[in-house]
This record gives sequence, structure tokens and C-alpha cells, in this order.
Amino acid sequence: MNDSAGKTVDLVKAGLHRRHRRERRFRLLGLGAIVIGLSLVGMLFTDIVSKGYTGFFQTGIRLQIDFDPQRLDPEGNRDPAVLSAADYAGLVKQALRTAFPDVKSRRDKRALYRIISSGAALELRAMVLSDPGLIGTSRPVWLTADDDIDMLVKGHVDRTLPETSRRVKDKVIGWLERLEREGAVTTRFNPPFFTHGDSREPEQAGIGGAVMGSLYTILVTFLLSFPLAVATAVYLEEYAPVNRWSDLIEVNINNLAAVPSIVFGLLGLAVFINFFSLPRSAPLVGGLVLTLMTLPTIIIASRAALKSVPPSIREAALGVGASKLQTITHHVLPLAMPGMLTGTIIGMAQALGESAPLLMIGMVAFIVDVPQGVLDPATVLPVQVYLWADSPERAFVERTSAAIMVLLAFLTTMNLLAVILRRRFERRW
Amino acid sequence: MNTTVDAAAVIGAAPVAEARNEEAETVNPAVYEFTGTVGDITAAQPRMTARNVDVWYGDKQAIFDVGLDIGQNEIIAMIGPSGCGKSTFLRCLNRMNDTIDICRVSGEIRLGGEDIYDRRMDVVPLRAQVGMVFQKPNPFPKSIYDNIAYGPRIHGLVGSKSELDDLVESTLRKAGLWDEVKDRLEQPGTGLSGGQQQRLCIARAIAVSPEVILMDEPCSALDPIATARVEELMEELRENYTIAIVTHSMQQAARVSQRTAYFHLGRLIEVGNTDDIFTQPRHRLTEDYITGRFG
Repeated sequence: MNDSAGKTVDLVKAGLHRRHRRERRFRLLGLGAIVIGLSLVGMLFTDIVSKGYTGFFQTGIRLQIDFDPQRLDPEGNRDPAVLSAADYAGLVKQALRTAFPDVKSRRDKRALYRIISSGAALELRAMVLSDPGLIGTSRPVWLTADDDIDMLVKGHVDRTLPETSRRVKDKVIGWLERLEREGAVTTRFNPPFFTHGDSREPEQAGIGGAVMGSLYTILVTFLLSFPLAVATAVYLEEYAPVNRWSDLIEVNINNLAAVPSIVFGLLGLAVFINFFSLPRSAPLVGGLVLTLMTLPTIIIASRAALKSVPPSIREAALGVGASKLQTITHHVLPLAMPGMLTGTIIGMAQALGESAPLLMIGMVAFIVDVPQGVLDPATVLPVQVYLWADSPERAFVERTSAAIMVLLAFLTTMNLLAVILRRRFERRW
Repeated sequence: MNTTVDAAAVIGAAPVAEARNEEAETVNPAVYEFTGTVGDITAAQPRMTARNVDVWYGDKQAIFDVGLDIGQNEIIAMIGPSGCGKSTFLRCLNRMNDTIDICRVSGEIRLGGEDIYDRRMDVVPLRAQVGMVFQKPNPFPKSIYDNIAYGPRIHGLVGSKSELDDLVESTLRKAGLWDEVKDRLEQPGTGLSGGQQQRLCIARAIAVSPEVILMDEPCSALDPIATARVEELMEELRENYTIAIVTHSMQQAARVSQRTAYFHLGRLIEVGNTDDIFTQPRHRLTEDYITGRFG
């Protein structure tokens, strides 16, 4: 007896070294996986942030603008209709000619005018309309620079390249350097990036329209999918008899969760737009499509939340004579709500990041106006990212990354909210 | 417990009974065969009467032809080995089994003359009259006050806030919990100790003034001191209520009950006064169970 016991210990000890080594290897494998995953995420974020942070800034050029009454308001009665139709672009050109009196030829003048964004005229108009007292004065004004100049100032264009292989010619660089020496060029934070709609001119393009479009779309999605999913989950979990039909429904809900999202887009196109004649590119249709897409996610999460409510609570309520509805509304739903909300937020985050199905229903259109309602044509953040990534202008590169950063900030906030909700309302029995 | 008798094989298993005969002579002349419930199933003042109750879970029959009266102001204990159907029978008495899809009940159970399985019977008033206390204390994750007030609120038993306050206080006093919790009525019921939670659950049940209280192993999750406190409470409640208790503990059955029913494999083997059951069991299975041959 003693003998064999001693032998067992020896055998175990002999194999011990190998076991430990295996365990170490296994642990290292896991650690390695985490390191690889984290470093990939790190690379992604570094890339996006390093490319995108300049997108929040915009180069401005200071020019002495002469608010010439002759040009703006010849009649002198400050009629807003006249003021808003006046030739503000002329003011900019005049100011540029004054600043560079040595530029004579037509061709050079055209090149000179192009260092200021075509949106500068609109900025001046807004200034004059809000304060007509400016007319007749002459003052320095910071105007938005053209996107090529912006890229040059931010250092995204190599000034040492041969002239033929860059968009900004030597002559223009010379003018710009003169302005820089005078301190008339600066790069500042760019609020219009958050308020403007899309534009063909990168310096005027903003994510305002896409953010509003996303908000309207998500709002529609939430208002439709949350009640539908909760009602479905409650029925399936609390009322439906367990039989072949309920099994079939359950299998189909799970299948629906695995359907590629573009298929939902095609369905939306066929049903909502072609059959029900809802407007194209509208957040309403986008919301409907995303509702179809997120429903299974929320239903599955809600059912799990309902399942996790201990049966003892149901029995307790039924035991004092609560009806089934009272048991559900007074006890089961409040206890399951945090789980349901977590699932909903995750579903919403998924919907917020979705682009493929929205391409199908026309939310990929070039839309300059910020949408004012769920029926206005709109686009959403991920689609805006897609549109900008597709644009040839160099300045759209940083704007694409900046838009991605905004989108990621939204998604992170939503996921954080889900975690906080879960933590705060987690109950123990 | 030992397994000299295979519980599953004993009913109607003559050879086993014969094999044990030489010992059986000395302790009890009865045999293992089941030929109908031994003892008087009726009570002097029946509050609930059950007759010919069969229960199926799907295709499996869990209870066979059980008849039993539950008398006014008595505590009746239902004992028996695990899986004998005592809990199932108890849950038939307030139709708690309705929540199980595959469960089917036939037979007749009357509460004060009304058949509770009648098509027109609504479970809400039934469960207001037949309250239940469960094995594991299950207070709502709400305040102590709300735990008690929930039943009266949903049934509309009180008109005003002050009436409700009074009802909560008197209920907690009846449950002997008032002095322990009066300063923390707004704290969650789940924060109490196990024994206090179970008494809170009993208080929650009596807050709607039921006629009968069903208790499904109410002390199995409690320590001996908390158990003693709950048993005391049951004794006090007997004055005003009728109590049916399922218990695993034969000592508890002997301590608290006036009548005892012994279940075995879905059959009601023997019913009688508790003293008689524990001193002179008339059926061989009862005898074996209470003497600890199996369980």
C-alpha cells in the first residue's frame, strides 16, 4: 500500500514539470492574444486621431475689408432684401487686390482670389445682415481660407515638391508667405465643422447635417423598436405556450439577427419606398429599416433579462393574488428593465454605426441642408464618412477621420451609458 | 438515510414485504401494500376539502387520487420523502400549479363550498383567500413597507394612506416583526436576515387576511433559532387562520401540527392526529419513514 502510494507521488512529480510548462504556455497564448488585439485597436485609434485632429481646425486669413456702401447698399435704406443680394464676393476680391496691388494679369488675379474660400462671401453677408452698422467702415476680418491653402498651412502639402506635382503653385505660396509674415494667417478651432451640412468645398463641409440625420434616424428606431421588442419579449417569455409555433418564432428571431444588414436595406427600398411611397433619403425610412435590423437584438436581450428575473418573485406576486398583468408590470418588468435598456442601447449603437442598409434607401445622397424633421432628406454619420472617404480633395481626408472620431465618441458614450445603467440598477436577491 | 427499502419498489411489491416479515411482526402488523388512505381524511370543521385529486406533469402522474380535508383553525402538516407529491398537492390548493404549462389537475378541491377548479373561478380572489409562503424567503426587492402594502393595495383593501399605515403596523405586529423593523420600514426587505425575511413573507401573506395559509417548507432555509421563531408565529396564527404546511422535518411536523398527512410516491398513505401518527403509525410505510428507514 505504502509502496504504491510512493510510486504515484513520484509519477505525479515527474510529470509536474511538463504540466507547469503547458500551463505557462497557455497563459502566454492568452496574454499574446490580448496584446495583439489591443495593439491593433491602438494602431487604429492612433491613425484616426493623428489624421483627424486637424479636421477640427481651419485656416483663416485676415484681410482688410472695406464695407463699401456703394457696393452693398447704393440706396442707403438698409433694406435686408438688398443687403442679402449684394455682391460680397466683390468685397473679398477688392480686399485681395488692395492687399496685393502688384498682381496684375487676369490669370494671376484668378489664382489670388482662389486663396479665400468661396464661402467667405457668405460669412461677410451674415456679418452685415446681423450688424448693418458695419457698412461704410473698413476693418480687418478673418476669412476662411480655401482648402488647398488650408492643407498647405497645416503642412499636409510638401512645399519642397516640384511645382508641377502639387496643387498650390509657387506664386501662390509666395503670396501666402507674405501674409504669414504679416501675421495674417492662423489656424483656429472650426465650429462650422459641427454645424454645417455637407459641401463640395471641404472648408465649408460639416457634420451638422449628418449628426442631425443620425439623431432623427435613431429617434425613429428607438421609438419603434423599443416598445415592439419589449412587447414581443414579454409575450414570448410570459404568455406564449411552449409549442412548435413558439419554437418556430424563436428560431426565426435568431435567424433574423443573423441576416446581413444590406438585405434589410433592400427590403426597406421595396416595401417602404416602392410600396408605401415614403420619401427617399428620409430618416423615417432609415429608422424603419434600422428598426427591423435591431429588433432581434433587443428582443433577445429583453428575453434574457426577463428570464433572469427569479421565478420566486413571480410566485411571490402571484401568491398574494396579483394577476398576471400586475405581476409583470409591478415586478417582472421593473426588474428586467435595466437589462432591456442595456440591450436597447447596444442595439441603438449598432444602428448608429450602420451604413449599408441606408445606402439602399437613398440616404447616401449629397445633401447640403441640415434636416429639420424625419421626412427631410438626410444622411447619417457613417454614410457621411463613406461619402467623404470617397471624395478626391486632400482636405476631405482629415474631415473623414474627424467625422469618424465624432462617431466613435457617440458610440463610446452610448456603450458607457449601458455599462452605467447595468451597474446602477443591478439587483441582488 | 439508509436505503434498506427501495422506496420506488415498495408499493405493491409483495416479495419485499415478505422478506421483511420477521421484523415486521414485532413492530407493526401492516404491510407495504397500498390499499387506500389509512385513517380519517375528514376534519371536524373542514375549511378546504379535496377529493379524488390527480395531478399530471405531462404524461407523468404526480398525484394519485388524493382526498384530504383541511380543518378550520388547525395546522395540518404534510410529510413524506422527496418527490412524494406533498408540495404539488399543496400548490393545487391555491392553483399555483397553473403557472406550470404542462401541469394538469383533475378531481375536486373546494374552498367553503366553491370548487376552486371551476371554470368560472378566478385565481385572483382564490389566492387572496388562500395565501402562500414559499420555501425560500422571497420578499419583493422593495421596502419592507411596500412588501406588506402590496397585497392590500392591489386588492383595494384600504382607502387611505393612514389606513394602510395602520394595516402595515398591525400586520407586522401579528407577524412579530414590528419591533425589529419599525425604524426601517423604508429599507429594502431583502436587507433583512433570512428568518426575518421569511416572517416578512408570512406577514405579506396575512396582510390580505386570507382564510388559509399554505406554507411550502417555510423553514428549510432557516437556522434553528429563526425556525423556532417561525414555529411560534405559526402557533399564534392558528387562532385566526388555517395553515397547511409541507415540511421535511418530522420534528417540526410533530411540534406544530394537529394533524399530519403522510405522502408517498404521489399517494396519500396515512392521515391522522399528529400524536397518533408519530406514536402509533398504522401503515408500514409511515412507520418506516418516521423511524428514519428512508427519507
